[in-house]
Amino acid sequence: MSLDRETFEQLLDTVRRFVAERLVPREAEVAEADRIPDDLLDEMRALGLFGLSIPEDYGGIGLDVEEEVRVAFELGRTSPAFRSAFGTNNGIGSQGIVIDGTEDQKRRYLPKLASGATIGSFALTEPDYGSDAASIQTSARRDGNLYVLNGTKRFITNAPSADLFTVMARTGAKDSGAGGITAFLVEADTPGLSLGKPDAKMGQQGARISDVIFEDCRVPEDAIIGGVEGQGFKTAMKVLDRGRLTISGTCIGVAERLIRDSLRYASERKQFGKPIGSFQLIQAMLADCETECAAAKALVLDAARRKDAGEPITKLGAMCKYYASEMVGRVADRAVQIHGGAGYLTAFGIERFYRDVRLFRIYEGTSQIQQLIIAREMLKEFRQ
Amino acid sequence: MKVLVPVKRVIDANVKIRVKADQTGVETANVKMAMNPFCEIAVEEAVRMKEAGTASEVVIVSAGAAQAQETIRTGLAMGADRGVLIQSEAALEPLAVAKLLKAVVEKEGADLVLMGKQAIDGDNNQTGQMLAALLGWPQGTFISKLEKNDSGIKVTREVDGGLEILDLKMPAVLTVDLRLNEPRYASLPNIMKAKKKTIDTFSPEDLGVDVSPRLETIKVVAPPPRKAGVMVDSVAALVDKLRNEAKVI
Ligand SMILES: Cc1cc2nc3c(=O)[nH]c(=O)nc-3n(C[C@H](O)[C@H](O)[C@H](O)COP(=O)(O)OP(=O)(O)OC[C@H]3O[C@@H](n4cnc5c(N)ncnc54)[C@H](O)[C@@H]3O)c2cc1C
Repeated sequence: MSLDRETFEQLLDTVRRFVAERLVPREAEVAEADRIPDDLLDEMRALGLFGLSIPEDYGGIGLDVEEEVRVAFELGRTSPAFRSAFGTNNGIGSQGIVIDGTEDQKRRYLPKLASGATIGSFALTEPDYGSDAASIQTSARRDGNLYVLNGTKRFITNAPSADLFTVMARTGAKDSGAGGITAFLVEADTPGLSLGKPDAKMGQQGARISDVIFEDCRVPEDAIIGGVEGQGFKTAMKVLDRGRLTISGTCIGVAERLIRDSLRYASERKQFGKPIGSFQLIQAMLADCETECAAAKALVLDAARRKDAGEPITKLGAMCKYYASEMVGRVADRAVQIHGGAGYLTAFGIERFYRDVRLFRIYEGTSQIQQLIIAREMLKEFRQ
Repeated sequence: MKVLVPVKRVIDANVKIRVKADQTGVETANVKMAMNPFCEIAVEEAVRMKEAGTASEVVIVSAGAAQAQETIRTGLAMGADRGVLIQSEAALEPLAVAKLLKAVVEKEGADLVLMGKQAIDGDNNQTGQMLAALLGWPQGTFISKLEKNDSGIKVTREVDGGLEILDLKMPAVLTVDLRLNEPRYASLPNIMKAKKKTIDTFSPEDLGVDVSPRLETIKVVAPPPRKAGVMVDSVAALVDKLRNEAKVI
C-alpha cells in the first residue's frame, strides 16, 4: 500500500459518501438525459476523481493497484456511467503516458488529465478490427518530421468530450502486425481529426462513445508515446492489462449494490403471507450472488496485490476480467428475477443495471478473448 | 483573526446505536466513528472565512482518546491549518471540555471559537455556553448566519419564535446550527496533504485542568421499540380512539 491505513480509509470513506449522497440520487436523471450534468462533473473534479491513478509528481493521487481497485468497489455502487466520465482519465486515456510516455509528455499532459481539465480517450478499435486489434489499419505515414494519420476508430469512449486521444496507428507496412503499430498522442483540435455522431446504445446512458475519423491529420514526431516507432501495440496491451483489474473492481461494486437492493426487496416484498426472502428458491439466488461476488473480490484483490509486488499478472488479470464481468451479469439477471415485475420496470432501476453491466463482457477484451489469453498463458507456463 | 474550532469524535450518524448489555453505556467497540455533524458545519464555516480572507489561521482542537486525531485530520483535510489534541482516555463531561478548551484558547490567543451547538451522542448542548462563561466572552448560539463587520461579528440565531440577530463584540464564542452551511467533501488530494499538517498533543495535566467526573450515570437503556399501528375503518372510530384511548382530544 502506498498510503497509510488511516489516510486511505478516510479517502475511501469520502468516496463512499460522495457516491451515496451525490451520485446515487441522480442515477435516473443521468440515464434519462444521456448526459452527466456539468455541476456533477465539477464536483468530481473538485474531489480529485480524475487523477486517482496518476502519480503524485504529476498532480494525481497516485493510488497503487490495490487501492485503485478498492476505490473501484465503492464507485461500482452506482451507475457505471458516472465512473466512465473519469474512467478514461484514470485508465486507458492516461496510462499510455504514465507507463511509456517521455518525461516531456508526462509534464505536458498528466497534470491536466489529473485535474480533469483535459479529458483523455483511447482509440484502438476500428470498424474492421475489434478483437483482432493487432491488425488495425489506421495509417501513420512519415512526412518529414510529421506523421500523417488516415483511418477510422470506432466505439471510442468519451470521444465526444475528449481533448486528447491516445491513437494506435500503423507506421509499418500493411501486414506488419503488432510490431508495425505506434501509439500517438493527438489533441482533439488537430486539423484532420473529426468525430462521428455519438452512438445510441443498450445501456450506460450518460457515457458517450463515437467514431473518431482521421483524414490527413498531421501530428509532430514528438507525439509518439515514448518517442519510438513500433512500440504502440505493447503500450496498448500494458494499458489494458492494468485496466482489467479496475473494470473487475467496478463489476464487483455493482454486484454488491445489486445484492443489497435484492436483499432489501426480498425482506420487504411479501407473497403467500411471507417475505419472499423466506422462500428457499429466492435464498438460493441470493446465496449464489454472494458467493460468486466474494470469489471475484478475493481473486481481484489477490491479483492487485501481486501486480503491486511487481509480479506479471497477464493471466490473472484476464481471469479477473472474465470472471468478474460474467459474475455481475449473472447477479444482475438474478436481481431482476428477485424483483419480479418490478425488476423489469424502469422506475426501479434494476433493469438499468442489467443493461449497463452487459458491456463489461465486451469492451477492453471480450470474455472469449480473455479465455484465449488465460489458456495461452497456461500453455506457455506448462511448456516452461 | 485566529479561529479555533473544537470538534468531537462521535458514533457515525448512520450507525444504528446499540446499548451495552450491562447498561453502562452504548456499544462503541468496532463501531464506525466520524466527526460530529455540527462540528463539521463549524469547520466548513471557519475554512470559508479563511478562504475569504477574514480568518488568518484555523486551528482544530479535539479532546478525547488518541483516535480523536483521525477526526482532527478530517478537519485538516477540509482546509484547516493545524490541530491540537487534548488526549484523555477518561470520559469527559461538558464542563471538563469547556475548561480544557479555555486553556487552549488562552494558549493560542484565539479571537473566535466556532463550534457545533451540540454533539449527537450526548445531546448536551452545554460546552459552548460554558466555555463563553469561563472566558467571559460574548456568545452567539444556534447560529444560521454569520457576518464579520468592523466592530465585531453579526450573527443570526435560530430561536423558537423565529430569527434573532445579534451584534457581538470580539472575541466571541459561536455555536452553529444545521442551516449555516453545507459542509464540503474533503478532496482526495487534500486528504493526503492533511497527513503533513501538524497536530500538537497535550494532556489535561499539561493544561492544568482537573477532568474528574462530577456526574454519575446510573444506567443507559434503549427506548422502547415502536408498537405496530392499527388501521381504523372510519373517522368516527379514529375520533373515538383519540378521545377515549389516547385521551388527547
Ligand atoms: C460502449 C463501448 C465502449 C468502447 N470503448 C472503447 C474505447 O474507448 N476504445 C477502444 O479502442 N475500443 C472501445 N470499444 C471497443 C471494444 O473494445 C470492442 O467492441 C471489443 O474489443 C470487441 O470488438 P468487436 O466489437 O469488433 O467485436 P468482434 O471482435 O467482431 O467480436 C465479435 C464476437 O466474436 C468473438 N471473437 C472474436 N475473435 C474471436 C476468437 N479469436 N475466438 C473466439 N471468439 C472470438 C468475440 O468474443 C465476440 O463475441 C468499446 C466498445 C463499446 C461497445
